[in-house]
Amino acid sequence: MKSRTLKVDYLARVEGEGGLLIKVSGKKVSEVQFNIFEPPRFFEAFLRGRHFSEAPDITARICGICPVAYQMSSIHAMEDAFGVKVDGPLRELRRLLYCGEWIESHALHIFMLHAPDFLGYADVIEMAKDHGPVVRMALKIKKIGNDLVTLIGGREIHPINVRVGGFYKLPTKQELESLEEQLKWAVDASIQTIKFTSKLPFPDFERPYEYIALRHEREYPFNEGRLVSNKGLNIDVHEYENCFMEEHVSHSNALHSILKERGAYFVGPLARYNVNFDKLTPTAQDTAKTAGIGKGTNNPFHGIIVRSVEMLYACEEALRIIQNYTIPENPAVEIQPKPGTGCACTEAPRGTLYHRYRLDERGIILEAKIVPPTSQNQKTIEQDLREFVPPRLHLSQEKLTWQCEQAIRNYDPCISCATHFLKLEIKSE
Amino acid sequence: MAPHKKTRKPKLAIWKFSSCDGCQLSLLDCEEELLAITEFITIANFPEASRNIMKGPYDVSLVEGSITTPHDAERIHQVRRQSKVLITIGACATAGGIQALRNFKDVKQFVAAVYANPKYIETLNKSTPIADHVFVDFELRGCPINKQQLLEVINAYLNGRKPNTPTYAVCVECKRRFITCGLVAHGPTCLGPVTQAGCNALCPSYHRGCFGCFGPKETPNTAALSAYWKTQGVQDDELLRLFRGFNAYAEAFRKESEAHEK
Repeated sequence: MKSRTLKVDYLARVEGEGGLLIKVSGKKVSEVQFNIFEPPRFFEAFLRGRHFSEAPDITARICGICPVAYQMSSIHAMEDAFGVKVDGPLRELRRLLYCGEWIESHALHIFMLHAPDFLGYADVIEMAKDHGPVVRMALKIKKIGNDLVTLIGGREIHPINVRVGGFYKLPTKQELESLEEQLKWAVDASIQTIKFTSKLPFPDFERPYEYIALRHEREYPFNEGRLVSNKGLNIDVHEYENCFMEEHVSHSNALHSILKERGAYFVGPLARYNVNFDKLTPTAQDTAKTAGIGKGTNNPFHGIIVRSVEMLYACEEALRIIQNYTIPENPAVEIQPKPGTGCACTEAPRGTLYHRYRLDERGIILEAKIVPPTSQNQKTIEQDLREFVPPRLHLSQEKLTWQCEQAIRNYDPCISCATHFLKLEIKSE
Repeated sequence: MAPHKKTRKPKLAIWKFSSCDGCQLSLLDCEEELLAITEFITIANFPEASRNIMKGPYDVSLVEGSITTPHDAERIHQVRRQSKVLITIGACATAGGIQALRNFKDVKQFVAAVYANPKYIETLNKSTPIADHVFVDFELRGCPINKQQLLEVINAYLNGRKPNTPTYAVCVECKRRFITCGLVAHGPTCLGPVTQAGCNALCPSYHRGCFGCFGPKETPNTAALSAYWKTQGVQDDELLRLFRGFNAYAEAFRKESEAHEK
């Protein structure tokens, strides 16, 4: 039987160090490995013995692309442990900060990491030669997201203004309003982005995924909600570890996150969209429908359109929050540490991010557990490739390898995030 | 090192070791400058942004991340050999990063705490800065780096001059901004007096103490700061944690934290 190996030693346009190995014998895929060789950094280990107040700043360093997500999951988990509820304008400000991260992270992925695949460019700089106005628009949207994170968080990478209980310093209404005009522009630019991404050439590929995302009764999810799927899952976040487990697979020592008794699942923009379409703004819903993806889609390549829709939502939501903002009396609610365990899920740009901490009476961390989105998607990524490759074996090695890379980038994988968790042995024949 | 010929654009390479990707992301975060930069330099190796990898040698290499595996300890030598100028960016590359907290513990316990199957994990006992392994032309501090400083450093090396980045304390930036001293106003735990400037006194401007993102300043008097904290009731364990942050393995901070270890 004819055998063929597709190999990418160092995946480009993803965050962190990963590779890809696919083995084909005849018309069947015999092996798929989405390799992660990013060195482990042991965050869960060195969080032990640290003070609860340090968790947002320390866990932010897991990922330079989505530090806000780590800060949000850690503070909500701590507040859960201490029985504190942060509400009103402080809660809104946290959503606003998350809007900023979604805007900058989605703009980065849509235009700089993923669109070049669809259009056949090696990178955004090459793409800029033919699509100058689009790339300049992209950079401007990305900057607005970063400006929002910087205004509330202090800086775009590893913000310094987030703390358990709230913030260190509050932005004034006037400061927030300074971003209003730019955000209005970004709403229009996001609509343009949806038009742009919906016209990209999409591979014909669908799978019956189980999508999992937070779902909140009133709003599109950032920091709160139940974990809900399109196939009947509906649990409180506290049940997370009862419902999900890490599985050892025979070909490697990777830990894949699976839903007990059901297997692989999908987190991220496509999952949020399929679970929460009804919570999007009317403009986002209408524009998405015009773009041809309806209330849901099972083509993972449509993730680039869905990210654009979420970017539009984040811009509109940011405007809403800014327009309704009144500065609260105190930047944070008072925190009294007490012994116990707390957990939280929030929606990182790439998907659901779970944190759990066990604390002592002084608020010292005794145990930490972090499950990032990419480790949850890893099994689904490998399953996608198993089905994606066989009908495309007529393609040249180069073209098929590139399309497989593109299929991985559907998930916007963040290997830096996943890696404190995952490690695969690279097997060669 | 000046660009040799006007017709040839200098080649820039970006390398990643153990890190969060944030410092190299700073380059993509130069939204207003990115396209302009590429008019003057060729981004020849930047896997986070491009599938196109051009062969070395490279005029300037930016290295992010620390050395934590035997493989990476080899790989950094290959990077050095291909680079005319090698600049390390960020706390991981210049001091070992937050993952250097393992250096104070038994790494085997760390592996067992995180991984179900520890025997597969290949890791070194210590997370070390790049300069412990190869000659480094310039170290740009920060967790993350300041992107304006990054542009300044790239610019300086491409034009054959020394980068203009300060080595004085965060306090200097703080005073220049007329920010009320946090040590006095918000409680004693500010690392500003011993931390290198570069953030423009960001945390004090947000009413919180500096926590040392840019590492020790030139000739820091860490002992005096510790002694002052103790007069203000700061306990040894808190003091230890303050010095053991993102630059825990930088010499001055390491020695000071070890001095307070029971």
